[in-house]
Amino acid sequence: MTAKVNYADVEVGTEIPAQTYAVDRANLVMYAGASGDFNPIHWRESVAKAVGLPDVIAHGMYTMAQGGRFVTDWAGDPAAVVDYGVRFSSPVVVPDEGGATLEISGQVEEKLDDNKVVVALTARSNDQKVLTRAKAVVKLA
Amino acid sequence: MALNRDFIGRSFPPTEPYEVSRVKIREFADAIGDRNPVYRDQEAAKAAGHPDVIAPPTFPIVVSLGNPALADPDLNLNYAMVVHGEQRFEYTRPVRAGDVVTCTSTVTEIKSIGSNEKMVVETDIKTVEGELICKTYNTIVERGA
Repeated sequence: MTAKVNYADVEVGTEIPAQTYAVDRANLVMYAGASGDFNPIHWRESVAKAVGLPDVIAHGMYTMAQGGRFVTDWAGDPAAVVDYGVRFSSPVVVPDEGGATLEISGQVEEKLDDNKVVVALTARSNDQKVLTRAKAVVKLA
Repeated sequence: MALNRDFIGRSFPPTEPYEVSRVKIREFADAIGDRNPVYRDQEAAKAAGHPDVIAPPTFPIVVSLGNPALADPDLNLNYAMVVHGEQRFEYTRPVRAGDVVTCTSTVTEIKSIGSNEKMVVETDIKTVEGELICKTYNTIVERGA
């Protein structure tokens, strides 16, 4: 399979519509089990607060995974992602009641050779940028 | 405490082989809430040109976690103060069910940033047959007291 987005159809500046993703404590418990990262700051409020965090925070890799999902849903083919990197700039705080919301949007930042494009991602939660320098290189059709 | 600069450039032996299962990939996809059928349905994966179900782009963190570079007491790393600074993956192809992989890590950078210590570990994730699937760049930050 190849990507469902055509290289010829995107330009530098093409926007990828924002998506919102809900994050609650159950997601973090599932992610801890699936990833093997059992650091208690991701599921135990007393431990998170004892190390100076406002509350339980999401795994950085959970947030990065949502960015990956955003890109692969757009591209239509996970195998089209050839490079993906982020910097974790601020934690996603996940309260016991109500959880948190993650909003991710994207923009084509550069067109490369060989049908590849650089997609720059913006990820926010609670009015904070939670990822910076978040970029994926995607090989389009 | 400062990290041991002797670790810069140090490589670690390959980890024990890790066998990627369909169940683990599905569990990971469920945990991140991604319903894409190529992560859970063999027929859908085959229709998309893959020999078996593939894993989401951040799945390689599962096999590269437990890095031997971080576990060596001589490094002087205080794990309680560690935060994940940056993460990057460079893919040759997606990880897929049936892959048996090992991780070979090298410490490429250690430096002070203010009162924090930054360390970069590069890891090659290869099949036991020697095919490079993915290269990961893991930056951790040890917060200063």
